[in-house]
Amino acid sequence: MSKITERLTRFPLFGQKTVRTGMRYLLMILFAFLMFGVILLIAGIDPLKSYEDIFSSTLGSAYGFSEVVVSMIPMLITALAVALPFRVGLINIGGEGQLFIGAAFATFGALTFPNLPAWLLLPLMALLGMLGGALWAFIPGYLKSIGLVNETITSLLLNSVAPKIVGFLILGFWHSPRDTVRTPNFVDAARLPTFFGTRVHLGLVLGLVLLVIFWFVLKYTRWGLEMGAIGSNPQAAKRNGIPLAKYLVIVMCLGGAIAGLAGMVQVSGFYGTLFPNFSMSLGFMGFMICWLAGGDPLGIVLMAFVVSVIYSGGNLLQLTRGLPYAVINILLAFTLFIVLARPNFFKGKRS
Amino acid sequence: MLRKSASHTNLKPIVSMRAITKSFPGVLANDRLDLDLYASEIHALLGENGAGKSTLMKILYGFYHCDSGEILFNEQPVAIHSPHAARLHQIGMVFQDFSLIPALSVAENIALFLPQLPAVLNIKEINHRIREVSKRYDLQVNPHAMVSQLSIGEQQKVEILKLLLAEATLLILDEPTRVLAPHETEALFKVLDSLRKDGYAIVLITHKMKEVLECADRITVLRGGHLAGTLLRSEASEDKLVALMFEKKMATLQVNRKRDISESEVPLLELSEAGTRAEGSQTSLKAIDLKIRPGEIVGVAGVSGNGQKELGDLALGMIKCVQGRKFLFGKDFTNQSIQQVRRSGVGFIPENPLTMAIAPFMTVLQNMALTRTWRYARAGGLRMDWKAVKDDAERTMQALEFSFPLYVPARSLSGGNLQRMVIVREMTQEPHLIIASYLTRGLDVQSTIAARRALVQARDKGAGILLISEDLEELFSLSDRLIVLYAGAIAGSFKPEETNVFEVGYLMTGSEVQHVENN
Amino acid sequence: MTLLSILGVLSSAIFSGTSLLYTTLGEVIDERAGIVNLGLEGVLLVSASSGFAVTAISGNPYLGILMSMLAGGLMNMLLGYLAITRKANQLASGLALMFFGFGLSALIGKPYVAVKIHSLSRFLLPGMASLPLKYSSLFKFDVLIYLVIPVAVLVWWLLYRTRWGLSVRAVGENADTAFASGRNPRLIRYQALFVGGMLAGLGAAHLSIAYTMNWTENMTAGRGFIAVALVIFSKWDPLRAIVGALVFSGAVAFQLLLQSSGVQVSSFLLDTIPYILTLIVLIAWGGNRRHSAPAMLGRVYQGSE
Repeated sequence: MSKITERLTRFPLFGQKTVRTGMRYLLMILFAFLMFGVILLIAGIDPLKSYEDIFSSTLGSAYGFSEVVVSMIPMLITALAVALPFRVGLINIGGEGQLFIGAAFATFGALTFPNLPAWLLLPLMALLGMLGGALWAFIPGYLKSIGLVNETITSLLLNSVAPKIVGFLILGFWHSPRDTVRTPNFVDAARLPTFFGTRVHLGLVLGLVLLVIFWFVLKYTRWGLEMGAIGSNPQAAKRNGIPLAKYLVIVMCLGGAIAGLAGMVQVSGFYGTLFPNFSMSLGFMGFMICWLAGGDPLGIVLMAFVVSVIYSGGNLLQLTRGLPYAVINILLAFTLFIVLARPNFFKGKRS
Repeated sequence: MLRKSASHTNLKPIVSMRAITKSFPGVLANDRLDLDLYASEIHALLGENGAGKSTLMKILYGFYHCDSGEILFNEQPVAIHSPHAARLHQIGMVFQDFSLIPALSVAENIALFLPQLPAVLNIKEINHRIREVSKRYDLQVNPHAMVSQLSIGEQQKVEILKLLLAEATLLILDEPTRVLAPHETEALFKVLDSLRKDGYAIVLITHKMKEVLECADRITVLRGGHLAGTLLRSEASEDKLVALMFEKKMATLQVNRKRDISESEVPLLELSEAGTRAEGSQTSLKAIDLKIRPGEIVGVAGVSGNGQKELGDLALGMIKCVQGRKFLFGKDFTNQSIQQVRRSGVGFIPENPLTMAIAPFMTVLQNMALTRTWRYARAGGLRMDWKAVKDDAERTMQALEFSFPLYVPARSLSGGNLQRMVIVREMTQEPHLIIASYLTRGLDVQSTIAARRALVQARDKGAGILLISEDLEELFSLSDRLIVLYAGAIAGSFKPEETNVFEVGYLMTGSEVQHVENN
Repeated sequence: MTLLSILGVLSSAIFSGTSLLYTTLGEVIDERAGIVNLGLEGVLLVSASSGFAVTAISGNPYLGILMSMLAGGLMNMLLGYLAITRKANQLASGLALMFFGFGLSALIGKPYVAVKIHSLSRFLLPGMASLPLKYSSLFKFDVLIYLVIPVAVLVWWLLYRTRWGLSVRAVGENADTAFASGRNPRLIRYQALFVGGMLAGLGAAHLSIAYTMNWTENMTAGRGFIAVALVIFSKWDPLRAIVGALVFSGAVAFQLLLQSSGVQVSSFLLDTIPYILTLIVLIAWGGNRRHSAPAMLGRVYQGSE
């Protein structure tokens, strides 16, 4: 194994630490696949055929691959929404709610200004989405900073409230004439453009650009340095003159803004409409992906990819093997368990 | 729990510690110490910080294991491996930070430590027992009250009740009066007196002379890990005890005296009647009047825990004063942020670099930039000029003759190197005011000399320094002026050549100043 | 709005609130020990599906209930392994458990969708039979419903009147002090998780076996998260949880009542009331230490090894 590590290290992009981490993750994922295979066997289903189905539908065709990418897009962004606050030691479990409110704000923009050209409307919607998410994140952040309530608890409560607000808005004001549970389809100007006849939309570029900015800020800029200091030792950072309270509130709101942007990206790029349950735990998935990746941008891309392969593959599995789609969650869960449990065999440094 | 009264002349000690030796990395905390504890006696363990008192008692309580030596119970050797085992031997200890659970009631906190607690709690019976014992020894507390609602003094009563109800017969109290008001201290002594009459053996760890002379029957003085002496109360006097606590020789190191400080120069730091409010087990500062002028080193003597940390934090701006004002360089800085304080040229070397000054997971070089990120930021913050950071750091390192790696994570440095790193970082900005807290703690001889030299160099260039230290030799040799901090207030202020170690020692232990002749 | 309709709301609230209350009681115990279980949704689903399956196979609902309880305890043990022994982040571990529950329950339950089972019988308490039929029929409850309030009292007694309960609360407030008193915080947390899991399983059993008598994917519809909110609303007190469960489940039934009397309020907004109430309660009591969360909630116990 070390030989492979050596060979890969020759590539300029891969430092030795990156390669070793990558190999470790690969092994963990393989182990998870193995365990899932066992479950399938117990359920009387051929694991090898199932895996063939998963991989052929996702990686076997260009369209399948594009579907994986489509599914990845929101998760990249919601993971980033967790990674940024994580850098200063904040745990943003409120992404789910921020996503919804951001989507709602963006929908407001789409429905209120249908006559604007795309190059105006889309950035407007993006800004609205970020505003919505930032507001939703501000509430727990503020309550925590005045010492009233734990931000995890408030975030969780607000997560449950947000979808209901969205439902209310749709039912009460925004629903399409034919369908009371969704808004009318967005005009073309409100839709993020797609590429090459697939469903991959501009959100991908947004997500990747954000991740690159994140990486750059953290590695090179003054703010990245100060944020890292806060995350590493908040009291020392304070004594060194870094404005702790300011950073905590601003970063939390930024995290919310990013999650809100993810909401906008989903309704504008993927669905083209807003309906109450559009999320399917995207916020929580982002949390998990960030956790698995240790907050590292490259890791986020990789883990989002793995999760998307698993989910997309599950679609075919449902058709061919008669398994309920939900069963694919077991494979996902095994991957999560193994990474969380950090078995000694795979142990590396904690991020 | 209640013993029959024993006479004062107990022949045999109930607990004996023989030749206890314990060292930690870099320091010999206990050096072949002997201690005899008798029933119906209050035994004071007296000494400065670092003398080894707490360590010795933590060994008895099973918190630490001694490197060599033995512990005898009624002349039988025993091994105490954990606090739980100590409690089985009926030893109880009240630490400086209480181990109470605020959200539980008094009765529940006590119940947690009862040796035989039935599976179904009999609340009535527990309350009854608490009331009984608290009445007997005047430790009145409401068993139903939540600990979070109690004052510090009441919490201490609960801690003692906890020990009594857990059937301890040897009670160890670590600096119990540090957080008490004077009248609470009196009440505590009465309690200890009635406990002693009932046969309990009590160990009082303290650095305060008054307490020792007021309530102790027997006194053991530790100094630098050694046994300085053991005497009965009847043989003891303030003079004798101070002589045992502090080294007899006065510091002879003479530093090049600077120019005379003119009274009219604008002070770099001025605290005027400054007071702070303490949270929990912190010490509140009371009416501090302090001036540091350019080219002056003001040393702060005192036993750790009397407000030193708070004084440093107040000067930095980490805590704000609730009374009085703070001036830096002539301007009112009472409400300014730490960033503004630092920007105006203040450096801070804290007592614990790992927890208070550095980001452990970042590299040494990155840490170097943390106090002045604005100075090294380029392109509006998009880029950091690491070369400039490196150059500045290396220049200072050369001047101080310090050397440590720059590209490793900070936490991999040894304690000494961490301190050196912080010193280099703070000195690099050529501060006008330096707050140095326990500057040479944990440093080897060479680094100590270099660090002190750095301070003197800065002083000679016109900087002012607040030097907080527990090393009297250091204070006497470096300070231009010396103040003593006791219980959050300034107990005395003079020039080193006007006083000596004993006088300072008196003030550090809360005694009245007796002016002793200089030899 | 007639008496009948009001009583109807009450009856509906009691039916749907029973499973919520059992689940909340279980989570109260867990959080008192310092562990927050975001995976409750998954635990409930696995318990519901496995209990339902056993009932369908054996024809005996009581066996099914036992299975649910066991499944709940075991699922929580998984959370315990990750959060206690491997010292992983509790939130992440809980979410992983949730996803696991989604998948495993779908797998277990697949053969039993739309299967009919032998359920618990419903009966009236002795005094109620004399009431007119239209009223008394609303209050024919099964044994689990009758037991839920006694169980809540039992949980209160367990936490506040037994040595074990004191240990659990001590661990949840300050595990180091609990350790200093000679207790084993890790073991106590595992025990709390198991008991809590069994209670959650009981709640799930009521939902699928007694109330809806049915299994469908995701039938718990967010109850797991509602329970977590309810624990906060009840300030971690089992007796307050009784009221809270009524309020939370009553909100749904209340909607129907409002609609039937011609008042049109969005069901979505009404659904938010429990959460908003919880937030208000939290803020109002936030300054008062007496009502704050167990101090170690969510924190990893590092141990002093």
